[in-house]
Amino acid sequence: MNASRSVSALANHLFLSAFSLLMLYPVIWWVGASLKKTEELRLPTIWPETPVWENYTKGWAVSSDFTFAHFYANTLMMEFWNVLGGVLTSAVVAYGFARLQFKLRKFWFSVLLLTMMLPGQVTIIPQYIMYNTFGLVDSYIPLILPHFFGGGAFFVFLLVQFIRGIPRDLDEAAKIDGASVYGIFVRIIFPLLRPALVTVAIFTFIWSWDDFFGQVLYLSSIEKYTVGLVLRMFVDQFEIQWGQLLAMSLLSIVPSVIVFFVAQKHFVEGIATTGIKG
Amino acid sequence: MNGKASAVMANTSRLFQRKNKNSNETNTAGYIFIAPWLIGFLLLTVWPIAQSFYLSFTEYSLLEDPVWVGTENYANIFFKDQLFRKSLAVTFTFVIFSVPLKLFFSLMVAMLLNKNIRGMNLYRTAIYFPSLIGGSIAVSVLWRNMFSLDGYVNHVLGWFGIQGAGWISNPQTALGTLILLNTWQFGSTMVIFLAGLKQIPQDLYESASVDGAGIFSRFFRITLPMLSPVMFFNLVLGVIGSFQMFTASFIITKGGPVNSTYMYALFLYDKAFIHYQMGYASALAWILLAIIAVLTAVNFLFSKYWVFYESEGGKAG
Repeated sequence: MNASRSVSALANHLFLSAFSLLMLYPVIWWVGASLKKTEELRLPTIWPETPVWENYTKGWAVSSDFTFAHFYANTLMMEFWNVLGGVLTSAVVAYGFARLQFKLRKFWFSVLLLTMMLPGQVTIIPQYIMYNTFGLVDSYIPLILPHFFGGGAFFVFLLVQFIRGIPRDLDEAAKIDGASVYGIFVRIIFPLLRPALVTVAIFTFIWSWDDFFGQVLYLSSIEKYTVGLVLRMFVDQFEIQWGQLLAMSLLSIVPSVIVFFVAQKHFVEGIATTGIKG
Repeated sequence: MNGKASAVMANTSRLFQRKNKNSNETNTAGYIFIAPWLIGFLLLTVWPIAQSFYLSFTEYSLLEDPVWVGTENYANIFFKDQLFRKSLAVTFTFVIFSVPLKLFFSLMVAMLLNKNIRGMNLYRTAIYFPSLIGGSIAVSVLWRNMFSLDGYVNHVLGWFGIQGAGWISNPQTALGTLILLNTWQFGSTMVIFLAGLKQIPQDLYESASVDGAGIFSRFFRITLPMLSPVMFFNLVLGVIGSFQMFTASFIITKGGPVNSTYMYALFLYDKAFIHYQMGYASALAWILLAIIAVLTAVNFLFSKYWVFYESEGGKAG
């Protein structure tokens, strides 16, 4: 019995390791490829015969006017406002839906859920026209502004579910102490929401980093480009410098990966602490 | 704080609460709290939807005022536009292959990961990782390189004596590469399945084992029915999402070769923002909305034949 169990555990480990490796192989290869000379790029091997840094140094100095540092600064600045807007307003809106009684609450909540299914193509053209009318095309406003309107239906829904899990006794105890609904939100709900807000922040960050469609649409002058748009500029060159392109692409996912792994720890800790508190 | 005391206080306060439920004060407060969303919804959703419906009956290039053309856009799309048919066919092919593939694959992997094995978190992270970065332009770049004529995929195939094609430059295989890329990013679907699997009570399996049910019958009689609501959720969202696939076809293939990967979202983008045919593109958007609405409705209609909800009390909500 015991022996067969350890055999099956071993089989599981073998299978899962092989499968993980298969899933990750393109990414691992990518890391090696970014250090390869062009001739070696076609090989499936990971480590180059003679690693070169040239892909990074040449790729980083992307154009005569700007280095990649400029474009990272642009993207991070945009991300700062997106995350701020998403975290603040989604919490506010979710509190309204989860805790307050008001007319048509259920109706508006259903509408909110329905908007998750709405294809963005139906609204994108008039939105573009609207921003164009106000002279806001080729600025970050069209990319940032939506995050200040509740941060997206998905996040509001997520936070509503989370708030419903917070015992109402806490609210009511505060109410007896004379706190208003605003006070309850600021002093009780918002602090307790922290782990869920970390999730909102992570995904807002990663999704807006990857929101290529919006960036292509709204940013046209090079000095305002995001990292993604510069990569696209590389792709559109007549003869693609694959080594540099792969190196810079790899760098471009680093912020998302860091955010994910750093925040994931807080996220898990957050759940653990509130689990104990609740 | 003393837990019991606060519970007692809470109970007494509930008595008071009844009285001013739905009072004007909480009404106002409620609307103040949802105001950010509501304003955004009216400004960036309701108004644009109305506007795009109107525009779909006009000719509009951004430079001059829209000109009313009646149903001409729709007539042209349905009866004259070869690209419309092509992109619709491509998109349906993509959806028909990639949605079931992803569902099947992510369910299998979720079941694999739903075990108590040491180091499971590591495996989970490794397998989820491609999905974390998957939507980015960077991954599209990687994919384009891997599957090009002298990419490393062909090199590996060469070991097995298979003469690889230019996967992306060949109209027969280009769409397949995009489907593969989409399937590689099954992570979020898998996470949802995994959460669903954890909800299934273990005693169901135990009593089934006592009754002598094998691994297959346990899967078909317990896992699949218990998981059907989650499956349904993933199916609906998967169909909606796949219809709007953009980045990969924009970066990897640009819709080519010979339009074999000309996804609907790309077609719409070209019409609106390359050719500036805003009216025509709005009509395309409304057709997309109609298709998605019909497919979602069909999904909901058929769901009663295969989706199994455990609690009949209908507490979910």
